[in-house]
Amino acid sequence: MILTVDNVHTFYGAIEALRGVSLEVDEGEIVTLIGANGAGKSTLLMTICGNPQARSGQIVFDGETITRTPTFQIVRKGIAQSPEGRRIFPRMTVLENLQMGALTSDPAHFDGDLERIFALFPRLRERSGQRGGTLSGGEQQMLAIGRAMMSRPRLLLLDEPSLGLAPMIVKQIFEVIEDINREQGVTVFLVEQNAFHALRLATRGYVMVNGEITLTGTGAELLSNEEVRAAYLEGGH
Amino acid sequence: MEYFLQQVINGLTLGAIYGLIAIGYTMVYGIIGMINFAHGDIFMIGAFISLMGFLLLGLLGVGWLPLTLLIVLIASMMLTAAYGWTVERLAYRPLRGSFRLAPLISAIGMSLFLQNYVQLLQGARAKPLPPVIEGGFELMRRPDGFTATISYLQILIILLTVVLMIAFTFLIQRTSLGRQQRSCEQDKTMAALIGVNVDRTISITFVMGAALAAVAGLVYLMRYGVIDFFEGFLVGIKAFTAAVLGGIGSLPGAMLGGLLIGMIEALWSGYFSVQYKDVAVFGVLVLVLIFRPSGLLGKPEIEKV
Repeated sequence: MILTVDNVHTFYGAIEALRGVSLEVDEGEIVTLIGANGAGKSTLLMTICGNPQARSGQIVFDGETITRTPTFQIVRKGIAQSPEGRRIFPRMTVLENLQMGALTSDPAHFDGDLERIFALFPRLRERSGQRGGTLSGGEQQMLAIGRAMMSRPRLLLLDEPSLGLAPMIVKQIFEVIEDINREQGVTVFLVEQNAFHALRLATRGYVMVNGEITLTGTGAELLSNEEVRAAYLEGGH
Repeated sequence: MEYFLQQVINGLTLGAIYGLIAIGYTMVYGIIGMINFAHGDIFMIGAFISLMGFLLLGLLGVGWLPLTLLIVLIASMMLTAAYGWTVERLAYRPLRGSFRLAPLISAIGMSLFLQNYVQLLQGARAKPLPPVIEGGFELMRRPDGFTATISYLQILIILLTVVLMIAFTFLIQRTSLGRQQRSCEQDKTMAALIGVNVDRTISITFVMGAALAAVAGLVYLMRYGVIDFFEGFLVGIKAFTAAVLGGIGSLPGAMLGGLLIGMIEALWSGYFSVQYKDVAVFGVLVLVLIFRPSGLLGKPEIEKV
């Protein structure tokens, strides 16, 4: 297992956002976590990165417990996140955003890595001198994924990469996620409300309701599950 | 014309000093959103350390002026930077994540503490420094004998400031450290996610601001020849006014604001009355806050959605 989350409880003040979450991600997989708005999906991704830290439970990455590791050291372990809302640095250029992503990786890899990102997202090359805040939503999402990839992660955490994007762009982004997983061997943990796309792409999936995992199975199993269909798919996509 | 030229030269010199201090205010505001009211006192400490440096080197018999200046400059920057680092570590970092007003109150407390600390150690009387650099160029002479001059010291102050500002702009715009600082200014959560040590970056910002304030303290001491424990208050508030005028959070704004405040003060003193020069400066602060609260080069506050 590259990532093991074991009985994690996370609080925002007095509110318990995660109520004993356990899940596993194996090396090379694409695992998806689906659930409604406010279920705690983003909180789980942020807890894995140590902001906020889990109050109890354990998070193990590649054999090492990272439950109490400071956020800025998580990326050095090999976990990168494209977070909720993309969080592009608005007053930095596209190139500077990508340079920030490469902060922890060996400078010798920079040029090659940059070329790889530009090959995945040619739009970013065209926009490389433009400020992040002036990009469209789809371009910002590409930049968020590109920035995360610049740290050469072994595990990529993606928080709702399809949110608010046109169907054409969503299709393109999901193709790139698949490519990153297949061609570059990066394990992907994908949080989505767009359950249909996510489950078709994923090897396995988990369903989260109110801070708890309620269902798990392969992508195909969850796609055909009645509850999942009723809650997340019918009229959803 | 001669008289005007003289005031402009004086204003440039004064503006350079305000600009150097204003950068510290604006950078700290940019990165943690607080006004570091102890920054003026850090400037005062920089001037005192410079004074002690000159006296110590005099005692040791180091006579060659460029060497003396270089040693005092570097020693003052390093020691003052250590003060800046300590202030942040003791008085601000523990309050991060507390309510917005807490670090501000802590800063005022730190300012009072530093003033009293220096008063206790150095006494309340103003400490003099004999002129270190004398002489200058005569630029223009009026028939009635008034001459506009630029002293070697003024040239040194302006050159030193220009060099530091260019180096500083390069550091912020083009280096990895500068990008890390800007990333913290824009989104600390995201900065941490990609591996920026946010606490360390904030510390470095205080260190850089204090080092520039030390340079300001050194040249202020050489220009005016005296320093006392309370000097940092007024100079600090004026540099803060410069930062607000230029647009707090903006580096070029701090430089421009410093220059303008220096000019306003010099020209007002030259043509109206020296007694009311502070009124002129703070009148500008009031006008800016009323009519253009984001300053000349600042970005307007936009609520994030």
